[in-house]
Amino acid sequence: MYAYEPHDQLLVDQRAAQFEEQVERRFEGALNEDEFRPLRLQNGLYQELHAYMLRINIPYGTLSSRQLRKLADISRTYDKGYGHFTTRQNLQLNWLSLKDAPAILAELASVEMHAIQSSGSCIRNVTADHYAGAAPDEIDDPRIWAEIVRQWSTLHPEFAFLPRKFKIAVSGGGNDRAAIAVHDIGLKLVHDDEKQIGFEVQVGGGLGRTPMLGKVIREFLPAEDLLSYLEAILRVYNQLGRRDNKYKARIKIMVHELGAEVVRDLVEDEWLATRDSALKLPQDEITRIRNNFLPPVFEDVVIPDPDHQVQEPGFIAWQHTNVHAHKQPGYNIVTVSLKAFGIAPGDASAEQMYVLANLADAYSFGEIRVSHEQNLILPHVRADQLPALWQSLQRVGLGTANAGLATDIISCPGMDFCTLASARSIPVALAITERLDDLERLHNIGELKIKISGCVNACAHHHIGHIGILGLEKKGEEFYQVTVGGRADDDAAIGEIVGPGFAGHQIPDVIENLIAVYLDIREAGERFVDTVKRLGTTPFKESLYAHSQTR
Amino acid sequence: MPILKHGKIIDDNWQNLADDDVLPETGQVIVSLTRWLADQTELVDSQLSLGVRITGDVDVSTIVSDLNYFDLVAVNFPGIADGRGYSQARLLRHRYGFLGELRATGPLVRDVFVALERVGFDAIEARDNAEAEAWSEAVARITVRLQPDANSALIASFQSAAE
Repeated sequence: MYAYEPHDQLLVDQRAAQFEEQVERRFEGALNEDEFRPLRLQNGLYQELHAYMLRINIPYGTLSSRQLRKLADISRTYDKGYGHFTTRQNLQLNWLSLKDAPAILAELASVEMHAIQSSGSCIRNVTADHYAGAAPDEIDDPRIWAEIVRQWSTLHPEFAFLPRKFKIAVSGGGNDRAAIAVHDIGLKLVHDDEKQIGFEVQVGGGLGRTPMLGKVIREFLPAEDLLSYLEAILRVYNQLGRRDNKYKARIKIMVHELGAEVVRDLVEDEWLATRDSALKLPQDEITRIRNNFLPPVFEDVVIPDPDHQVQEPGFIAWQHTNVHAHKQPGYNIVTVSLKAFGIAPGDASAEQMYVLANLADAYSFGEIRVSHEQNLILPHVRADQLPALWQSLQRVGLGTANAGLATDIISCPGMDFCTLASARSIPVALAITERLDDLERLHNIGELKIKISGCVNACAHHHIGHIGILGLEKKGEEFYQVTVGGRADDDAAIGEIVGPGFAGHQIPDVIENLIAVYLDIREAGERFVDTVKRLGTTPFKESLYAHSQTR
Repeated sequence: MPILKHGKIIDDNWQNLADDDVLPETGQVIVSLTRWLADQTELVDSQLSLGVRITGDVDVSTIVSDLNYFDLVAVNFPGIADGRGYSQARLLRHRYGFLGELRATGPLVRDVFVALERVGFDAIEARDNAEAEAWSEAVARITVRLQPDANSALIASFQSAAE
């Protein structure tokens, strides 16, 4: 974990005090709402349907047990005793009042956390592979580089008022678990021919109403040049990104309109002028950050004989889906599902957070990760302690064996909370979960990522769902558009719309129909998304519109 | 609106000329970039101190050769949310070495003063006297810098690594 230096601490303390003064000026009328809005947004505060919502940054999804306890404390003291983990590895509290916000920021600062730039037209919380530091396939730990980006982007004086929000994601270089192709900038750690570390740089990915995959504009960027290159991209975008229409303001539109090659040339020209500036990362600074992410002191573990371990079917199933390979022999990565039956995807109660913090201390060196799939991760668990961990998780409803399966649904808060929403999303997610609530069947279906957004802003990334569901509204009625074949892995693709939309109550039938087609035509070992890739969406469309009544 | 120069409220002797205003004989005038491009010879031959005002859509690399004629460049901020002027100032000061007064204009509030100065502005048009008078308090609120400024190469984190 990154431990704050005195200046890091001073910054978050000063920022909390500054916001307290800004809120006072707002209450006194010295700031009008137009002036105050960007200030509160850059401190993570939204005015929602029923209350203020605070989006708390969890940089690159890494949390300590102490921080998780503080989040639980805050949710109990100032909110309704639960929080919502988001697809951007953040935590949202939905029921706050404005007057409490400065105190909450001060509480966050006390555990080296903040909400700086978690909203607004600025560089947002940097995200990374949630298995960082534990995954067997990574080239380097992406958290080191994400932390460097976090520091550089925090209160950057030039880029606080960009045309639109700006999201940067870092993948460790193995399988892409950070969905970098759908970020404004996607950074993939790579080696050059001399085994030097650097980045492949993608620009212009994004979802929303115009989904696009990022374009590679540089195959290899030396790691020490990371910040000057990012600064070059941002400087070009800050000046040329469109400001006349908020729906065309993301960098993806600029890349699309100018063309990736023109953008690359503009960026490279700008970079040439700055690459040897003060932004060149000194080796000792890289080392200082790296030293914050050294692996924990692993123990020698005798890997238990599966025949002598717990034989309960529930445990076996959980081990199958929620336990993943670790780079250290004898250890595993564990996904803690926040998708239990009947619970809004990504929600965790304060009690669950406390329990998980304790379990992280007992079983995972006090470390927790938040995944962009809205689950929590215990990154370093001894193989022989898995049964004990599972039993503890079961007791608080966190042992659901569905990571990556059809009920591991990603959903935005939707109409129930969000002012932007066109339709409800959580009730649709719950209806699907209810329909598919049969573990054996779920495991037979295998990996299937369903993502549900309540409006075109696509917070739940429906475009890259194996099955994507988009809630829309027409003449006061909600309806849902279905896409198939989206994915965010190394074969990233935007899902294809299958046809006319459906009413909300039809969606569980639609899902069942798509699954039935897949089970019918899949080849051995083929995942849903592989079948779609092999055969296209036609068989799914034919079945869907032959049997379902469309609206 | 009051003008802050290096944090102090000053008497502003610059006159903002509209494109059809008659040129005065002497004094300090700020003209639009359009007027500068149209009346360049007349302006250069006058006894006036010259300033130019630019809007966010101006590519400042196109006025680099003109900078020697200007004692002031005024960069307009139409609202708090339009941040193009930050990059323009950064380039004018740092890349193109403009040494005259770099003035941020618009109704600006104290919350952006630090960022404006960090990208190279030495003069700011504040929304009103209350904002202008809050300058010292406002710039003391956040003192940590995690990026190099237009005028310096100091980064807090890099310094701590060196210590």
